[in-house]
Amino acid sequence: MESQINPRILAHSVSKSYKKLHVLQNVSFEAVPGEALALWGANGAGKTTLLKAILGLIEFEGQVLVNGCDVRRQGKLARTYIGYVPQEFVFYDMQVIEAMLFYARLKKIPASRIPPLLDRLELTEHAGKAVSALSGGLRQRLALAVALLADPPVLILDEPMANLDARARREYLAVMLGLRNEGKTILFASHRFEEVNYLANQLLVLVPGQPAEALDIDALRRRYLPELNLVLWIAEERRPAALSCLQSEGFHAHLNGRGTVVVTVAEERKMVHFAMLQACQIPVLNFEVEEVQAWN
Amino acid sequence: MELTLLWTIARRELREALHNKWLWFFAVGLAALGLALSQAGMSAAGYAGLGGFGRTAASLVNALLLFVPLIGLIVGAATVAGDRESGALLYLLAQPVSKAEVFFGKALGAALAVVAALGLGFGLAGMGLAFAGDTNTTAYLAMAGSVLLLALACLGLGFMISTLTRKAATASGAALILWLGLVFLGDLGLVGATLSLRPTPATLLSMLLLNPLQVFKLSAIYNLHSALDVLGPVGQYAVYHYGDRLPLVLTGLLLGWIVLSFATAYILFARKGDS
Repeated sequence: MESQINPRILAHSVSKSYKKLHVLQNVSFEAVPGEALALWGANGAGKTTLLKAILGLIEFEGQVLVNGCDVRRQGKLARTYIGYVPQEFVFYDMQVIEAMLFYARLKKIPASRIPPLLDRLELTEHAGKAVSALSGGLRQRLALAVALLADPPVLILDEPMANLDARARREYLAVMLGLRNEGKTILFASHRFEEVNYLANQLLVLVPGQPAEALDIDALRRRYLPELNLVLWIAEERRPAALSCLQSEGFHAHLNGRGTVVVTVAEERKMVHFAMLQACQIPVLNFEVEEVQAWN
Repeated sequence: MELTLLWTIARRELREALHNKWLWFFAVGLAALGLALSQAGMSAAGYAGLGGFGRTAASLVNALLLFVPLIGLIVGAATVAGDRESGALLYLLAQPVSKAEVFFGKALGAALAVVAALGLGFGLAGMGLAFAGDTNTTAYLAMAGSVLLLALACLGLGFMISTLTRKAATASGAALILWLGLVFLGDLGLVGATLSLRPTPATLLSMLLLNPLQVFKLSAIYNLHSALDVLGPVGQYAVYHYGDRLPLVLTGLLLGWIVLSFATAYILFARKGDS
């Protein structure tokens, strides 16, 4: 029986350079069963490079073990423990069921595993459709179904929700959370705070040319997301006055499409604006706080 | 390397390549060309017979020298670069398969597609020739064999181009340039070298044998006429030097090109992967 404390992914001093560009510098981390580790960083920070190294697809310095297998020496065996979901899924010219069968053969999985997976991810009714005819959300669910064919202990996802709308993202995150709670080890790259906040237990921040840094979610919020959007419901006839009141003090305030007043604020000063509006005799009927996405 | 995985990838690649309309356009075009030449040969000679077949086959050789390398290069160039550009290659390599299984699976699938297309083209052309009159079956089959080897050698060269490029369009462009080089510049280069350097027949033959298209041409003509006199002193020297071993030497050279091109392509692929 596998010990709960044995890491499923163990990375030690992983470094990768392309000519003079240091993409990864001494990245080290462990991920155990039931844990979701987020790789956070802007485009070009090295997230995909690190994922490729863990998949054993590129040369690198250091060591990566997946379920005890060295990915450089036993790459094919290590990948039997991994289900991989790319950012954008390319399935050739196939139907959904044909794609599932193809990858099941590659993973040496019996075809009988396919119907329950399609059911779980609500793809059964789409089985006969061409993959190219599916929406982005359905395609990513299909990618997840393929990744889960061999019931791997490790899931690696490279910004799988980047091209999904808000609703599809929420549904996908719920599925991912369920998988994490089932004991899967999840390693995912993201630059959306909501995804990291919802799913991740651990966080690794990648910045080009700098060593990777482990942070907790609150520290990430404070460092990279110092601002919030304060959404204020104000009576229609008082909105121009509210904007004028806030803007006169140098705050970025505007009306959004719903007619609410939106103010971008530093997190630690969000209550200041209520006091200001009260001083201008403008009542706030209701309010909401929104996270500002760092790299959207 | 697991053969079941290799075959799974080969089947998918075969299916993908068979959807390539240019492959079938070529196969039908080859058949039509063979039939047209046989008709032209018959009407010019006024009778059907061995001479008719020989004229048809000789004309076919020149056409094959243009089109067979092109189809091999284009099909080969489209394989790796296209999948790399779309992200499909990364995804395939992220499965529990080795780079060797992916590469040779794709190579096998593409090779089967090219063989299928050529088989159809040659089969239809052969039937047409058979209806037209006497056909030297042995010579025809020998020529078909040489064509297959040439196509596979060019497929290997296409794979080399594909592994070196990141985009399908770039790979196709490079394949076209290589085709031009092999078909036209190779001949022009030889003519230029002959005029300027005045090499001996032995040296000229060595230069000829560096180009797989010229190797095919020598093999095809020798299969038809059992002699290479039509090629002048170089042809006579080749027969004199190699004698009965000449067909084996030429076949061996084409096989060598296949092995060399695919081996080089694999080494490049193993190093580059999906990047």
